[in-house]
Amino acid sequence: MFWQLLTIELKKIFKRPRTYIAFGAILVIVFLIQIAIKYDGKSYFDLLLNNLSGSFEFDDDFKHKFINGYLICFVILNTLLIQMPLLVALVAGDAIAGEANMGTLRLSLTKPVSRTEYMIVKFVASFIYTIALLVLMAIFALLGSMFIFGTNDMVVLRSEGIELIKQSDVLWRYLAAFGYAAIALTTVSAIAFLFSVLAENSIGPIIATMSIVLVFTILSQMNIPFYDDTIKPYLFTTHTVAWKGFFYVKADASGTTINGSIENLPAIMRSLGILVMYIFVFFGIATWIFNKKDILT
Amino acid sequence: MVMSIIGFSMPVNAQPPQTVIQNVQAKLKKVKNYVATGRMKTNVIFIKAPIAKVKVYYKSPNLLQIKNESGISFIPKGAININLNSIFVDPDGFDLIDMGKDASTSWRVIKLLPKDENANIVLSTLYIDTKNWLIQKATTTTKENGTYELRMTYGKYADWGLADKVVFRFNTENYKLPKGITFDYDDGSDNKTNSQLKKKKGELIINYSSYVINKGLPDTVFQ
Repeated sequence: MFWQLLTIELKKIFKRPRTYIAFGAILVIVFLIQIAIKYDGKSYFDLLLNNLSGSFEFDDDFKHKFINGYLICFVILNTLLIQMPLLVALVAGDAIAGEANMGTLRLSLTKPVSRTEYMIVKFVASFIYTIALLVLMAIFALLGSMFIFGTNDMVVLRSEGIELIKQSDVLWRYLAAFGYAAIALTTVSAIAFLFSVLAENSIGPIIATMSIVLVFTILSQMNIPFYDDTIKPYLFTTHTVAWKGFFYVKADASGTTINGSIENLPAIMRSLGILVMYIFVFFGIATWIFNKKDILT
Repeated sequence: MVMSIIGFSMPVNAQPPQTVIQNVQAKLKKVKNYVATGRMKTNVIFIKAPIAKVKVYYKSPNLLQIKNESGISFIPKGAININLNSIFVDPDGFDLIDMGKDASTSWRVIKLLPKDENANIVLSTLYIDTKNWLIQKATTTTKENGTYELRMTYGKYADWGLADKVVFRFNTENYKLPKGITFDYDDGSDNKTNSQLKKKKGELIINYSSYVINKGLPDTVFQ
């Protein structure tokens, strides 16, 4: 019954035209970034490394190697993983509230499944949708950029330092980063899902989720000492960017990178653990409320 | 005028600085071009980078190119000075000041002052091993890029005046990008302090494994 229901839910999601808005939006953003850097990559390069141009030789050969598929994918992920929660919330926020709005929720629950099972099916369907978005992104942002720009060593620019990763040491980091991004986006999905249970139409949950993501992201990125120790560690948005940790490489005392290493894996695992905990908490509350709820539509 | 002052500071049995420079230059002039293979390490406080396999191309009098053919390397400005011949492109363009012998190493210390007031190089100081006519250390102060220091270790290519190991010390600028651009993940790792980041010296270390000398090299390599 679980698989049957899941298939029905997936069909519902993928039959809706609005589902493809998200896929279209990702393709357009990826394509626009790739086109812009392909034709004006040197300006972008100058913007990033302008303050080092007095110390290092940045000839055309260096710029050509620097702007490679791995870097472009990193830039795209940097941009898109901030916007993607909106696309995820579109589906997760609609999961229960959409049914309630159309008046099909009560009908759906006449099937011989418990409300908890029904919630699990709905949530798994949202998760699969999130994975589909990420797979699409991996294909076009990573493989597409590798095809257009070629591959080379990857330069990761941090606020106070530069990491140079050998190209043979990059791909597994992307696999890990995409895996982590799936969990991060599922956290957003879980919040939208919780709001979806509380609402009778899907606009409210989507807007509420986006507002939370927006406010928390701003708080996470602000450098105000008062928030650093009090609020930031508890915001899920502080941990959603931990996928970048896979691109922070350990180095020896002289600054030589160690292939295959991660600067602080325990910190990433801690962030991952916090996100998983949030998923269980939000989903648990949503299921508890749904089980108690008087379904009238 | 300069040389007359120098005359007093020179030891009685020491060769005049012109002769020392001529002997060093004669050794270096034997090399018309080379392709050297080596491993390069860029040691800068704000850069984490792997050791790179590089090829260094040189063509007389002063063409030099360091290429990491399999990846990316940050090459400091002024790295052309790892080729010692670049100092002697215009041997008559300098006044020489003999500083005598370095007390700890017995290397002869000679300062080169450019005659052209508009030259980028303000001052070069050479530490020369006069037994083998090898430059062991060179310090060059430029108008635009501060001071470079070069230290050489010689081995099997010493007869050509070519080093097995070169350490090139250079000035770096501060590096900082706004967090609004990088969206860093704060993983709690040992972040460098501001004073560490303001450490303005970097090092480029090249360990050469082989040289192919005077086998010809097209100019296109340097374009």
